[in-house]
Amino acid sequence: MSHEHRDDTGARFGMWIFLYTEVILFSGLFILYAVSLSKFPEQYSIASHKLNIYFGGANTLVLLTSSLTMAMAITAIQRGRKKQTLILCCSTIGLALLFLVNKFFEWSAEIGHGIYPGSEELAAMGPGVTNFFNLYYFTAGLHGIHVIIGATLIGVVTVLVSKGRVNSEQYTLLENSALYWHLVDLVWIFLFPLYYLIL
Amino acid sequence: MTESGHYIVRFRTFVIIWVLLGTLTALTVVASRIDLGAGNIWVALGIAATKSALVIFFFMNLRQESRLFKIGLLVLLSIVAIFIGLTFFDVLYR
Repeated sequence: MSHEHRDDTGARFGMWIFLYTEVILFSGLFILYAVSLSKFPEQYSIASHKLNIYFGGANTLVLLTSSLTMAMAITAIQRGRKKQTLILCCSTIGLALLFLVNKFFEWSAEIGHGIYPGSEELAAMGPGVTNFFNLYYFTAGLHGIHVIIGATLIGVVTVLVSKGRVNSEQYTLLENSALYWHLVDLVWIFLFPLYYLIL
Repeated sequence: MTESGHYIVRFRTFVIIWVLLGTLTALTVVASRIDLGAGNIWVALGIAATKSALVIFFFMNLRQESRLFKIGLLVLLSIVAIFIGLTFFDVLYR
């Protein structure tokens, strides 16, 4: 058996450092949100009521569940259960797609009501509401891109698991994609109450 | 046994965390419908921070990682706190 140089902990720490920078990226957007909220408290409340709590709430549960299936996939691969790992990874991807489908219907409805960046109807609602929706589309859009990237990454790892390249001896790639996926969940944990639930 | 000191987390543990996360989500929706004035945003952030801690320590398995990972997280949170603090130091005193 050939000796292989590997540092799984180092690989995971590298992923964590990358995720720290992702947090910095999103925290910039949340700071913009905080400053704008303190400037336009009433308008932010009015704008928030235009968002659909049911879409947001359903997507929260979808992402939480997808985080669960991804965490379980690591346990499954550690136990050497290939088929179970594949099922759990595919469930995660399925839930990611469900999230995006929800998002599609949600945004279609909002755009149908004339709420989108640069719309005249939105401009007529005043600067506070416009500011809210611009930030909402940017933050949720950036989050949506992360969902697409995360699901793609998990898709690639799923193929590698099925080929046996990622297995119970070597599964850092699965762990790192899972870490990325949990970050996507973490961002949504803050995004949901801040945008959808202002009284 | 996987790596030195790392044990395999059981499915049951993850499911319990998932149930807790779902309960906290319901709690944040209910709490947001009660008028607490400025308290609403702090309750929302408090619940979100609790949920994040559950995700980070259990799903992301930070509790089994070495001290280096935890110090990294603390450094990150300090940087974000400085970022927010200095922004509001400017914005609130204009």
